Amino acid sequence: MSTASAPAGAQTIVRQAPASPVRHWLRLFRSELRIVFLRPRNLALLGVLSVAPVFLGVVLRINTPPPGAGGPSGAGEFIGQVADNGVFLSLLAIFVLMTLVLPLSIAVVSGDSIAGEAGLGTLRTLLTVPAGRIRLLVTKYLMIVVFSVVACVLVAGLGLLMGAMLFPIGPVTLLSGDTVSLADGLGRLALIVGYVAIALAALGALGIALSTFTQHAIAVMAAVLVIVMISEILDAVSQVAVIHPYLPTHFWLSFDALLRIPVAWSQVLHGITSFGVYTVIFGAVAWIRMRRANVTC
Amino acid sequence: MTLTGPVRADIPAGETVGETGLAIATSGLSKRFRGGQLAVDDIDLAVPPGSVYGFLGPNGSGKTTTIRMLLGLVHPTGGTFRLLGTDLRAGLEPVLPRVGALVEGPAFYPFLSGRQNLARCDAADRTADLATARTRIDHALDQVGLLAAADKRYRAYSLGMKQRLGIAAGLLRPRDLMILDEPTNGLDPQGTREIRSLIKQIAADGTTVFVSSHLLAEVEQICSHAGVMSTGRLVFQGTMAQLRSRGEPRILIRTAAPAKAAGVLSGLGLGPVELADASVSAPLGAHAPEQINADLVQAGVPVAGLETVRPSLEDLFVELTGEGFDVNG
Repeated sequence: MSTASAPAGAQTIVRQAPASPVRHWLRLFRSELRIVFLRPRNLALLGVLSVAPVFLGVVLRINTPPPGAGGPSGAGEFIGQVADNGVFLSLLAIFVLMTLVLPLSIAVVSGDSIAGEAGLGTLRTLLTVPAGRIRLLVTKYLMIVVFSVVACVLVAGLGLLMGAMLFPIGPVTLLSGDTVSLADGLGRLALIVGYVAIALAALGALGIALSTFTQHAIAVMAAVLVIVMISEILDAVSQVAVIHPYLPTHFWLSFDALLRIPVAWSQVLHGITSFGVYTVIFGAVAWIRMRRANVTC
Repeated sequence: MTLTGPVRADIPAGETVGETGLAIATSGLSKRFRGGQLAVDDIDLAVPPGSVYGFLGPNGSGKTTTIRMLLGLVHPTGGTFRLLGTDLRAGLEPVLPRVGALVEGPAFYPFLSGRQNLARCDAADRTADLATARTRIDHALDQVGLLAAADKRYRAYSLGMKQRLGIAAGLLRPRDLMILDEPTNGLDPQGTREIRSLIKQIAADGTTVFVSSHLLAEVEQICSHAGVMSTGRLVFQGTMAQLRSRGEPRILIRTAAPAKAAGVLSGLGLGPVELADASVSAPLGAHAPEQINADLVQAGVPVAGLETVRPSLEDLFVELTGEGFDVNG
């Protein structure tokens, strides 16, 4: 306390000129990333996400399905193609992990975002610094977006790597039967990774909104997963087809539109719009709640 | 000693929080939680700058809720307050960098080291000086004696070390005000001493310290001022000397003839007289003890000892806040 020698009132002298808000924000964001990517639980999740493409690749290499095998749509479409072209291992990995593990990891990270800090008590520490309630919320959400991108790139990247090691790689035969160059195919894969990351980021908005209501991160994770499951079940019931386009998970796997010629852009746009609307709604809920909440834990 | 209603020692009734020059000034501050529970009921705190203010009260009397309101964690449902004379219409965030805080025990990330945890706190501060972060963090660790354990994980810290790290977070930059909520909660006597000397050191540097506690001994040793909470209300506020002087002095006479002595005391107009086996006592009032002694001797009472006693701080505290659970039962 050697510098705090003046009594109250005379202290403004020692306060330095405020540095750039951007640099300060980047510092908080880096700190946030460090917290998320150093947390053992999150590292375990990323581990599970990386094991999946490797496992799928090895299984399909040992027990190669005949070319063209599998069902007419869904995972089967991709399984049949993997033996011909390793690029499809990447798509298969995304497809398979989108059913549970990718949404689960976003549920964990977004559930942790505010509720986890509240549960640890670090939320009050951060807010009295003061980190700024909305500044913290925005930082946390951007961290969730980054985590979504990292998770998708990890799965797709490892899928591609395993695909290249275990299977032939070359011009890509699309689901519509057209064949495009490898570069074109990889471009489409990149778009799919982006699309899925946006879908997960929208799920993250739901998670962070729920996360502002409790100090139990596990409750948020469970709630997010239950919502995902209910949405997927409803999406499979044709009697309620009228609500299907409004379900949060309805467009998750619509990325197959990018694997056709011509690309069904309207389907892609519907998906992006749906994710955008969900992000805005739950972002607003989180914002209002974060501004008003009494932090009593 | 009779106590009726809240005592507002320093702010005249009805005055709103204005240019008071106080480190903390609240006016009618209240918090009613959803569900109707009135946790803090119309309190007028006046914490003078440079003071060490002990915020006393039994558990559940509203101390922590008050502190949470002062720090912007909980929104008041009534009243106003000022920290360090700053107008809070623009929100608390401009003034909070001048306030160090430890709220309801330390809270850090168990998987990070002490140093990493402080770096995390500092990173959240949008007005922190980036160039000096490293030296400031080390200085704060040094002040609380944690430099040697700086790279240990927080999870491996003892309770005392955790509390000290919590205080270190408040010392990351020069502060005008430190708000410490139960900083010695759960500590052994050794740890309590460490925290106490730390608080003295912080106060010696000119920082106003607002420290809540349910431990009287602690407050008695380090505080210049005190406020006493009871079921959400501020039942006393003033200097420690004022708090002590609230207790009416009593005359205590040790004698083999207590009944006779009681008669003398009653004759002098002292009362009510309390009679025990070998002693007798009564409120002293305006009487001089030496005169009482003379009268006793004159009346032939064998006086073995005579003294004026003040109620202990604990007696005062209990008197102010009620017995809590039935201690006699």
